[in-house]
Amino acid sequence: MEWLESFWATYSTLVLSVGTNVLLALSIYLTLACGLLTVANAAFMGIGAYTAGLLTVHAHMPFFFALLCGSLLPASIALLIGRPTLQLSGVYLAMATLAFGEVVRILILNAEDTTGGALGLNGIPQLTGWFEVALAVFLALYVLLALARSRIGRTMKAICQDETATELMGLNVRAYKLFVFVLGGALAGLAGALNAHFTFFISPNEYGFERAVEILAMGVLGGTGSPWGAVIGGVLITLLPELLRGLGHYRPLINGVVLILIILYSPRGIWDLLRPARSVRGPAAN
Amino acid sequence: MLAQQFVNAISLGGVYALFALGFTLVFGVLNVVNLAHGAVFTLGAYAALQTALYFHAPLPAAILVAAVCSAGAGWILDKLVFAPLRARQAPHLAPMVATLGVAIVLTSVVEGFFGAENLRFPTGILPTDTLSLAGLHFTWLELQIVSLAFLLMAVLLWGLKKTRAGRALRGVAESPKAAALLGVNVEALLRVTSIIASLLGGVAGVLIALYTNAVFPHMGQPMLHKGIAVVILGGMGDIRGALLGGFFLGFAEVFSVAYIGSTMRDAVAFGLLFIVLLLRPEGLFGQAAQRRA
Repeated sequence: MEWLESFWATYSTLVLSVGTNVLLALSIYLTLACGLLTVANAAFMGIGAYTAGLLTVHAHMPFFFALLCGSLLPASIALLIGRPTLQLSGVYLAMATLAFGEVVRILILNAEDTTGGALGLNGIPQLTGWFEVALAVFLALYVLLALARSRIGRTMKAICQDETATELMGLNVRAYKLFVFVLGGALAGLAGALNAHFTFFISPNEYGFERAVEILAMGVLGGTGSPWGAVIGGVLITLLPELLRGLGHYRPLINGVVLILIILYSPRGIWDLLRPARSVRGPAAN
Repeated sequence: MLAQQFVNAISLGGVYALFALGFTLVFGVLNVVNLAHGAVFTLGAYAALQTALYFHAPLPAAILVAAVCSAGAGWILDKLVFAPLRARQAPHLAPMVATLGVAIVLTSVVEGFFGAENLRFPTGILPTDTLSLAGLHFTWLELQIVSLAFLLMAVLLWGLKKTRAGRALRGVAESPKAAALLGVNVEALLRVTSIIASLLGGVAGVLIALYTNAVFPHMGQPMLHKGIAVVILGGMGDIRGALLGGFFLGFAEVFSVAYIGSTMRDAVAFGLLFIVLLLRPEGLFGQAAQRRA
């Protein structure tokens, strides 16, 4: 088991990042699968990270409690802003969530007394191990797969295809949208809380526009056909830059190229490319 | 003091309006939220800066080079991204996500080539004279920035209103199908729109770079967010709205810095944007769009 130890010593942060990024990809899968383009996930992640980080650093709360608050607070904020925001559609929703994300980042930046401002929050105890991350990913995936097979999952697909028709079927579209938005907020917050406890240090700019785009890239790359798509997207977007380390400054370029190529050549994501090989139902499913 | 703030607000607002015009033009005519507009803005600033640094070119020449480069970027953007997605009739969120990819690619290429650090224009090339008029102080540079911004906006408005191509363009914005039936070359006009919009964005980049004398790879990102705020304030796709929204944001920022403090300056734009979206998504000056099922 010696190789395992040395592997863990070198790559533990990367492995844990894969886990939290899969959680983030799952969080944006929820809204994307409803046809909603929201880019507030980075902000929810930041709220979760700061909530949990402040609780363990300053209040010395137990880790589990910090994780719980780190996902409940973003979820309640999602509930609060979700009601008015989700009335917007299409690009307006995307821009409202973008603005929300910027406001959150600037507020964290300016609340220097509690958050440390631009200097960030330092000395967060390293409490996240592989077990917590694996458990969180497993639970999230289990719940989302069950959701996708259930009545809720079918309704989400229906909303994605035609919102007005779904509403005319007597389904409460608004409630479903709010549900996926809040659940996505909780997942992103949990990912942030876990992430903060193995990176030692967090700063407001980690949760800005670039992170939002990265999360979106994971969701779009994987595709919204199934939660498994989000898993693939999360893993690939985390590992690709590591594999292409030699690119130096050009590393973020990969996220961009991936986004363009996927939109141009396979708008339903990688999951859909793998699909015909496995599925017995074939293309009729679309 | 108050009058001086007015002057600052007008020059800042003019550049915001110029940037937002390109953004709103692409939305109105191509129906695309072009999130690469901020990166084209950065590209314009770098093109002018490099021309000034390496060829010791005078300012007008540098601005011209920036205009040509950003117009070229607009051409490529349409050719490689917008046109294929148009041909496929992709849903409107697809081009938005693709332009996000373009923005990342452009920004990291700029960063890879020129480094992440903050660059400045060489000291000799910027006019430093100041002008005092009725107790107000202008620098020549500010005056030139404002007049170029206003000139470009006037040319664009005149072109849209009076020329044949401008009328055709407005026709395409109204209904591409009807315009095509009337013999308008829709594809060519859409490409020209992308080129003009990027040109405006690139020139706005040079003007902001001159105004703040700071050029860095991520300068386009806050600008893009401000552009979005302006266009939402004015109503998406609304040309006059973009102008009014630009000045509105210029005034809001300058006066919030003067009377609230500079730390909250950026929060003002996004706070405004968020509130306007929730209360009046059709923009401050627009009419409600019809709901399409």
